[in-house]
Amino acid sequence: MSDLPVLLPAATRLTRRAAAERTAGSPRLRLRAEHGFALLVVFVIGCGIAEAQAGSDNPSILATLWKWTPLLARGFVFNLAISFVAMAVGTAFGMLLGFAQVSLLRPVKRSAWLVTHFFRNAPWLVLLFYCMFLLPFQMTIFGVTIPLPDWVKATLGLALPVMANVSEILRGAMQSIPTAQWESAASLAFSRRQTLWMIILPQCIKRMLPPWMNLYAILTMATVLASIVGVNEMMTLTRQALSAEARPGLLLAFYGYVLLWFFVYCYPIARWTVRLEARYAVNV
Amino acid sequence: MQFIWDWFRWLYQTTGINLTIFYDQFDRNRFADGFLTTVKLSLICIVLSVLIGVIGAWLQGSRLRLTRRVVYWYIQFFRNTPPLVQLYFFYFGIGSLLRSSIGSGAHPLVSNVTWAIVSLSFFAGAFNVEIFRSGVEAVPKTTLEAAESLGFSRLRAYALIVLPLAFRISLPALNNNLVNLVKTTTLAYAIAVPEMLYVSSQIWSDELNVPVMMNVLLICYFGLVGALVYLMNRWERAIRVPGFGA
Amino acid sequence: MPETDSRPIVSLRDVHKSFGAVAVLNGISMDVPKGGVVCIIGPSGSGKSTLLRCINALVPIDRGTIRVADFDVHRLTSDKERLALRREVSIVFQQYNLFPHKTALENVMMAPVYVLREPRDEVRARAIALLKKVGLAAKQDVYPGELSGGQQQRVAIARSLAMRPEVMLFDEVTAALDPETVKEVLNTIRELAKEGMTCMLVTHEMRFARELADTVYFTDGGVIVESGPPSELFDHPQVDRTRAFLSQIL
Repeated sequence: MSDLPVLLPAATRLTRRAAAERTAGSPRLRLRAEHGFALLVVFVIGCGIAEAQAGSDNPSILATLWKWTPLLARGFVFNLAISFVAMAVGTAFGMLLGFAQVSLLRPVKRSAWLVTHFFRNAPWLVLLFYCMFLLPFQMTIFGVTIPLPDWVKATLGLALPVMANVSEILRGAMQSIPTAQWESAASLAFSRRQTLWMIILPQCIKRMLPPWMNLYAILTMATVLASIVGVNEMMTLTRQALSAEARPGLLLAFYGYVLLWFFVYCYPIARWTVRLEARYAVNV
Repeated sequence: MQFIWDWFRWLYQTTGINLTIFYDQFDRNRFADGFLTTVKLSLICIVLSVLIGVIGAWLQGSRLRLTRRVVYWYIQFFRNTPPLVQLYFFYFGIGSLLRSSIGSGAHPLVSNVTWAIVSLSFFAGAFNVEIFRSGVEAVPKTTLEAAESLGFSRLRAYALIVLPLAFRISLPALNNNLVNLVKTTTLAYAIAVPEMLYVSSQIWSDELNVPVMMNVLLICYFGLVGALVYLMNRWERAIRVPGFGA
Repeated sequence: MPETDSRPIVSLRDVHKSFGAVAVLNGISMDVPKGGVVCIIGPSGSGKSTLLRCINALVPIDRGTIRVADFDVHRLTSDKERLALRREVSIVFQQYNLFPHKTALENVMMAPVYVLREPRDEVRARAIALLKKVGLAAKQDVYPGELSGGQQQRVAIARSLAMRPEVMLFDEVTAALDPETVKEVLNTIRELAKEGMTCMLVTHEMRFARELADTVYFTDGGVIVESGPPSELFDHPQVDRTRAFLSQIL
């Protein structure tokens, strides 16, 4: 070790960031309060444009927005429902897959690796299409017919990449636990399963939480992809509202409005992620 | 070649696996075009986004406060909004504004392919600006001074010493971003750019072979992105300087 | 201590181990009687830590035999057998390796509760007594990150003792500690040895080895160069290599 730095901390930061992105599968979302402010400015400008273009016979832009808000809100609830379920399902299967990735059985390990990377490399939209078109509109299990509406299929489509990313996040976290912890647990006669559950996993959770929450924020923003496959979520409804109004001037105001909704929801999550990460960094 | 196509026709007749993209010339050309469009779209966007990254990183070091603020907000906008919204913003927002102000009628001034290229390049470029900027910052000032004291001109010192170092440091982060970009090109589907996803959807609505095409599509993307990841990793390892970075 | 069993509790015969092309142990043989205290000294990289890890079956050996109590360590194949062995032999590491997400008391309690499946209340009482014994009764609800190195190491010793092992292995347990805290850890080990616990120590603390050990082994290059009671080995070393090592270190 030389005393003089060959490279500045910025290099370490960049390397660490690249490594973190590689396990998390997506770049960090960094929402700040000023972004909300900027969105608000865009929104106000949008309203201004709409107002300027509106003829005297049109209702004001705020009245128009207010009229559509209940419908848009219903769409937003859909986005949230999709994000919750996709996250829950994706996390459950992702954890299984992540554990399989550290299995001692070679075939299990290899196939878990393959599945993880297969779904990590496939674009989200393609996976979404996959589920939309290949899942039947209803399924019969044990004589019970379960309908599979579009939004459920879209949810499963989004759960697949979540699963792959959670799997890799878990593997990364387990790898970051010093091997001395495994050895120490083994010397106390813990079995491998006990070591995983009682020693390794509890220490992983703290490390996994920030990338996991970041993944959730990204998933929430990705739920608008469901509009491409025709799910009636907020983006789809916005487009319908815009075409019903048939006034091109409304465009900026409406999209600004939608983005504000997403911002208000994602901002606290992003802040919390940053806080958790800072706390974790101190306690290493 | 013909016997390969015949084999796929035979495959369809015996197993029902309908790979029209092999034995049907029309579909074959369609799919090949889609595949090439995806590759071309990716390559053009990679080049443009790297250019944007370099220029942006340079502008970020500008003495003018305004320039720095503009670059800053550019990064913030593209980093923190969904790329689909960005695409719509360009295509429907700016595109329709251009159309209504110029009023060229049925033929839009700027095609959807161009809008996809612009939107995706700016999207990936925003990340690249940050990456290159921190790469340059990671090289200590003393390295530059050492080079200058050895008689290098400032420009040559940058070109021969600082930038090659910065590039090596930036490469892993850059690779992540480029892989992400290739995956994001599928969004161009939303504005009807005939890339792989779009032509596949045309094929399966004509031939009604949805499951087969879906699997083909998935494997193609897995292969494409996997190849890119593999090449990038090899490249990273090849140019890594021992004892350098983590 | 009344010594009824004359058979050694730990017995090594011609133990070989290599990592890839590097031979770390080149035929080690030694016997440790029940209640005996053995110190292993030698230059770093002479395979001392590996030796302890082999006895605890953390590292499989290539050739030779290791017998601990009723276990043929070299023949253990299943995880179950290895786990059974580790209830008899406990190891304390140089880097303590406490579980950072558990308090001191929980660290001591975990293995007896989950591995030995003993009732929690009983274990708790015993764990508190053990922490008291190592002088850390006041720190039972503190997390490892908030303890000093010496305190962590003493918790680690208590954690091993909670398994009621027959043999304790200490792998350079004071090497990572500040000089001030070395003493408290050594005191703890001294007490253990006086109570009749069979101890094997890899150590660089020569004064401690001289005071406590029944037998001292000097290893170098994966073989035992010389062994004997501390008074002989330290004061009248027979082999040049031992002399050179001791003159360097003392």
